[in-house]
Amino acid sequence: MSLIGLVDCNSFYVSCERVFQPRLDGQAVGVLSNNDGCLIARSNEIKALGIEMGTPAFEIQHLVRQGRIHLLSSNYELYGDMSARVQDVLEEYSAGVEPYSIDEMFVRFDGFANDQLLEHARQLHRKVRQYTGIPVCVGVAPTRTLAKLANRAAKKIPAYRGVCAIRPDNRETQALLKKTELSDVWGVGRRLVGRLSLIGIKSAWDLAQADPKRIRRQFSVTLERTALELRGIPCIELNDFHEPRQRIMTSRSFGKLTNDFSEIREAIRQHGQRGAEKLRRQNSLARAVLVFLKTNPFRNDLPQYSPSLAVELYRPTDDSREILHAAGQALQRIYRQGYRYQKGGVMLLDLIDANRQQLSLLDTPQSDADRNRSQKLMSIMDELNSRMGRGTVKLGTPSPGAAWHLRCDNLTQRYSTRWEELPAARAT
Amino acid sequence: MPHDTILSAHPAPPSLALPYPLALGRAGLAGFPSPAQDYEGRTLDLNERLVKRPSATFYMNVTGDSMMRLGIHEGDLLLVDRSIEPRPGHILVAMVDGEITVKRYERLGNQPYLCSGNTRYAPIPLEDLDCQVWGVVRAVIHEYPV
Repeated sequence: MSLIGLVDCNSFYVSCERVFQPRLDGQAVGVLSNNDGCLIARSNEIKALGIEMGTPAFEIQHLVRQGRIHLLSSNYELYGDMSARVQDVLEEYSAGVEPYSIDEMFVRFDGFANDQLLEHARQLHRKVRQYTGIPVCVGVAPTRTLAKLANRAAKKIPAYRGVCAIRPDNRETQALLKKTELSDVWGVGRRLVGRLSLIGIKSAWDLAQADPKRIRRQFSVTLERTALELRGIPCIELNDFHEPRQRIMTSRSFGKLTNDFSEIREAIRQHGQRGAEKLRRQNSLARAVLVFLKTNPFRNDLPQYSPSLAVELYRPTDDSREILHAAGQALQRIYRQGYRYQKGGVMLLDLIDANRQQLSLLDTPQSDADRNRSQKLMSIMDELNSRMGRGTVKLGTPSPGAAWHLRCDNLTQRYSTRWEELPAARAT
Repeated sequence: MPHDTILSAHPAPPSLALPYPLALGRAGLAGFPSPAQDYEGRTLDLNERLVKRPSATFYMNVTGDSMMRLGIHEGDLLLVDRSIEPRPGHILVAMVDGEITVKRYERLGNQPYLCSGNTRYAPIPLEDLDCQVWGVVRAVIHEYPV
């Protein structure tokens, strides 16, 4: 049986900062969005204080003054580099890695006997922590949905010590499924939970036991697949999965190895465009864009290069032009000649609800007229593309206008990517 | 444009020999062949020499003078590799009381200590010390003003 591992970094943004600022260990730490608007990442300690995701910074300023919490500006260059390092370590110790978001990666776990499996998962857990300083949890299972579940268990249940491997048919898995609420199952949204409970499906276990045909009839193919996956039958690939709301990832192999910049740029633009469409369909805005490229790791005869770069958007947006512009910039900086690339993709990071945008009062304001124009243009584009086929209307060379001044009062150093911002080691 | 402020997280491609061999031979000329001919296409690359594991390699600047006797000066650049298991004699970057410090790891008697390269600083017993190893220093780069 082939198995899939999900490696998920614990409080990723905060952990990146803590690697270089050990005094933040054990402290309540939060990371703020662009322009220090609102909270986008939380340490366990700050969660324990009851501070919610998305809380505007000014509402918790008094806790900063009292020294009870620390708030940092987002440092996407640092997070992007640390994420690439985590991926590198995983690639060194496994047969294949698919990034799912900046802090989660699916890892192929083929060909391990039962007893080796857990040891291997523990090794990944240990090595990532040692090499990069980032703590992770590992979940291993026959399907992605179960791997997600296993990962969650590894995170929440101390006895697992960060690693949980499950088989579909044993009692441990059964108990886990029975304990798991539907809202914690990958791909089951809040609205579905209500509708499912009406027909008596309340836990992950109930959904796994339900008749898949019935689920398809009454709900959707997507949910049927989720139900099958809970039973241990793999039917979700990364690229075709209906993404949850937190992040949007679009990537695909180029079909052949290529070093043609314009071909690669075209692919990246397409991914960016697809991502932006998904973003608008689910009514979200993105705060940053990450672009990555990969050479074929199995071609030992060719030089290997798998760069990635995260770029901050100057305000949360769903405008394809701004997203493509940022993606283009990132690509330009990571692309190197002399390599034959196999794969590339675009990740939209730190999504927020478009309707809640007003919450971040400190973000760069956009005039209503401007926003309306952008919305109108995008909705016309989406409509044309959906009516007349994908790609009917594409963007040429977009460039958003003005220069913006980003506010980032608590910006930490880019410790791992800039000579002039290295951490200091004290010899005193 | 704010994007301009963001540079590559991978400023340079991984260490590799030059893609095109250096033309050391004297192609097209008759006569004695160059003795260097068999060694074409190599170049010396500090990355290749010092960075054994890029994902685990970080750089740090040194502040303070306590390691001078061991050849580590204020302002030097440390190349720190987190993938190495620390052994006595290694120079370590360690987190001591929430600070990133550089020390030498030694065993005195049968006890582990963090030592400085300066007699003004007494060895610190590792036991009952709030300390975690951050990484092992693989190289020190001391640049002279030129």
